[in-house]
Amino acid sequence: MATMTAEEILSIEERYPQVFRRPPYKRFAPLFLSVGILTYLVYVLWFFSLPQVLRESHWERLPLFLTQWISYDLQPEFRLDQPEITPKYPRFSALGENPNPDWVIKNPDGTFTVLIDGPAKSVTFDKARATIVANGQTVPVSLTSDKPVISGPVPDWITAHDDEVVAKMGFVGEVRVTVDRVKVRKRFLGWANFVFDTRSPFFGKSAGEVISLIVSGPELKPGTSNLALAGDNIWNNAQWQHGDVWTKLLQTIVMAFLGTLLGGIVAFPLAFFAARNITPSGVLSQVLKRFFDFMRSVDMLIWALFFTRAFGPGPLAGSAAIFFTEIGTLGKTYSEALENIDDKPREGVLSTGANGLLVQRYGVMPEVIPVFISQTLYQWESNTRGATIIGAVGAGGIGLKLWEAMRTNSNWANVFYMVLLILLVVFIFDNISNFLRRRLSRTIHDYNRIQAEQG
Amino acid sequence: MADAWRRQTSLRRFYTVLGVGLLLAAMFASMWFADEANAGHFFDRLPHILDFLGWLVPKDWNDVWRALFDIASPHDTGTQEYNFPLGRIYVWAGFYIPEYFELMLTTVNVALVSTFIGFIFAVPFSFMAARNLTPHPALRLVVKRFMELQRAFPEIVIAGLFAAIVSIGPIAAIIAIGLHSIGALGKLFYEINENIDMRAEEGLRAVGANWFERVRFADLPQVLPNFMSYTLLRVEINVRASTIIGAVGGGGIGEELKLSISRGFGAKTLALVLLLFTTIFIIDQFSAWLRRKLVGEQAFMMAA
Repeated sequence: MATMTAEEILSIEERYPQVFRRPPYKRFAPLFLSVGILTYLVYVLWFFSLPQVLRESHWERLPLFLTQWISYDLQPEFRLDQPEITPKYPRFSALGENPNPDWVIKNPDGTFTVLIDGPAKSVTFDKARATIVANGQTVPVSLTSDKPVISGPVPDWITAHDDEVVAKMGFVGEVRVTVDRVKVRKRFLGWANFVFDTRSPFFGKSAGEVISLIVSGPELKPGTSNLALAGDNIWNNAQWQHGDVWTKLLQTIVMAFLGTLLGGIVAFPLAFFAARNITPSGVLSQVLKRFFDFMRSVDMLIWALFFTRAFGPGPLAGSAAIFFTEIGTLGKTYSEALENIDDKPREGVLSTGANGLLVQRYGVMPEVIPVFISQTLYQWESNTRGATIIGAVGAGGIGLKLWEAMRTNSNWANVFYMVLLILLVVFIFDNISNFLRRRLSRTIHDYNRIQAEQG
Repeated sequence: MADAWRRQTSLRRFYTVLGVGLLLAAMFASMWFADEANAGHFFDRLPHILDFLGWLVPKDWNDVWRALFDIASPHDTGTQEYNFPLGRIYVWAGFYIPEYFELMLTTVNVALVSTFIGFIFAVPFSFMAARNLTPHPALRLVVKRFMELQRAFPEIVIAGLFAAIVSIGPIAAIIAIGLHSIGALGKLFYEINENIDMRAEEGLRAVGANWFERVRFADLPQVLPNFMSYTLLRVEINVRASTIIGAVGGGGIGEELKLSISRGFGAKTLALVLLLFTTIFIIDQFSAWLRRKLVGEQAFMMAA
């Protein structure tokens, strides 16, 4: 900045005393505010005992959970204390009942090789010794004594416990070796068996094979067409539960739609009686306004819990909860919109001798309907998001399913699937609502422009 | 002329009737669907609505106050329904905070802290995302998308994810609501930023001020009252959100309310509802008053 002389600075100071000589309480207001906020933050730090919580938290789980959103693992186990080494897979593994993956190799000399990431990251073993290969290093582990012994130096990606040697190979998996078993975890990117689960006759077939089966193949299940069978298998996929997820998603959408619409229908006539400039009685207006405040302040959660008890868990309870909250919210916004209208059209219609109802219909409604619809759409949009969460307390919809999938901490891929669906729905509904509101605001804009032109 | 007018109105009327008809059809279909999917059906349950309210009426209305202030009840038989003094949190000597007030305080603190987090991050993001102020168009796009994702991402998933990391409780709720608030406030803020008066900005640009100086001295003073108004509105929303998250494991009053309703403790439920209702009502009225002082009537036009 250009430098100024002392006189110039002084003259500016004299010209604008309101800027340079403010009363102290105004001058120090930001300081007091900052000190207040800082004090509050320190208090909250103590209130939630944040340092302790952070110390005891498991941040190492975060990357693990996040990788589970988009990947799955297979965990073959090889017992070494049996007469013959055979791979065993956990029940319900993603490979189905007859797993025979090409990355588990039985060598001619009786040893097994498991390729975790090609030969560069692999483990080869028999009953006497295991050889772990990763990061360009080869580590032999002897299994002949009563605990596994690593010959040579131990690289930092291997941890040697008392009775177990753990080799971590990053994202692709890990190997755990004890004297009587070798356990491998191999991680794959993607979602396993997303279309057909392992019990389906279509399991393990390529897309081309499935299509040709559906078009011209012999009936896999007598009496059902292959198309119907495939549809049924996808819908009832045991792991992904597409049918259940989509039904619950629809319930969530329906809850938001029904609650908002019914709320709007009930709030609409009430708002006319609550608006100060239209109501026939001031007392009625006050009573209705307090009623709206009450419905809003009782909170969607309380309504949801009550209606879950009254109707039993399900979308009916959720719709009713949104409906009751929306009477309050929409009633309030509607009556505020009515209080802000231009009174001239009303007077015009009134001067023709029209009765009360007709005055509202032709003097008020044309002005407020676009605003009403726009606000209702906005609430619809925000309730579509909110409906997910009240579902988790039992009010129906995808919320509960989401919550249950998360509680076990083992189903993150399913959680992510549902999240993607919710994001998609929110995105679509946002755009529909935005589009409709833009159209409406153009209508309001035109209306204002025409009014302005006509003076 | 009259003919064309009549044709146009009849066409418009046709579209209106069609639209309303479709809406009603969708409504009835939805009602049927919701009723089918529900555990109890609407018309079966309707006559029993009032029975259900029966458990809510306490044997002794004084129990509501006793539950609220943790005063021992004469009906206490050792069951959880009347063990009011058990939850007392002693501060010193005989002075204690009643359990429900402590829980309410937790919920309100969660809301305040998460709004604070939202505000702190949303302010810089909003200046990066505003078309007229962004340092770089690519940055604007990235920040906008990021905020959109935060807004649309279900809070309950973030809460569940962090419940597994920092243990179930208010911290997970703060993270979830805070992240959501960043997106929600950021959007409102950058829309305000795009409508500011650019002359102050040009003045500072002319004397060679850098981006931070321009934002701090030219833009921020213009938008701060509006920012504060939306932040206060967010506090109201976040108190509700933190109650709900509390009910699904985030601690605070929501959890207690859910337990109390599901077990059918009349007096406790009424005390909790009373406390929650009063708190939300006071916060709403206070924030409305403050907003009116900050930005005048306009804060109430399309605020939401």
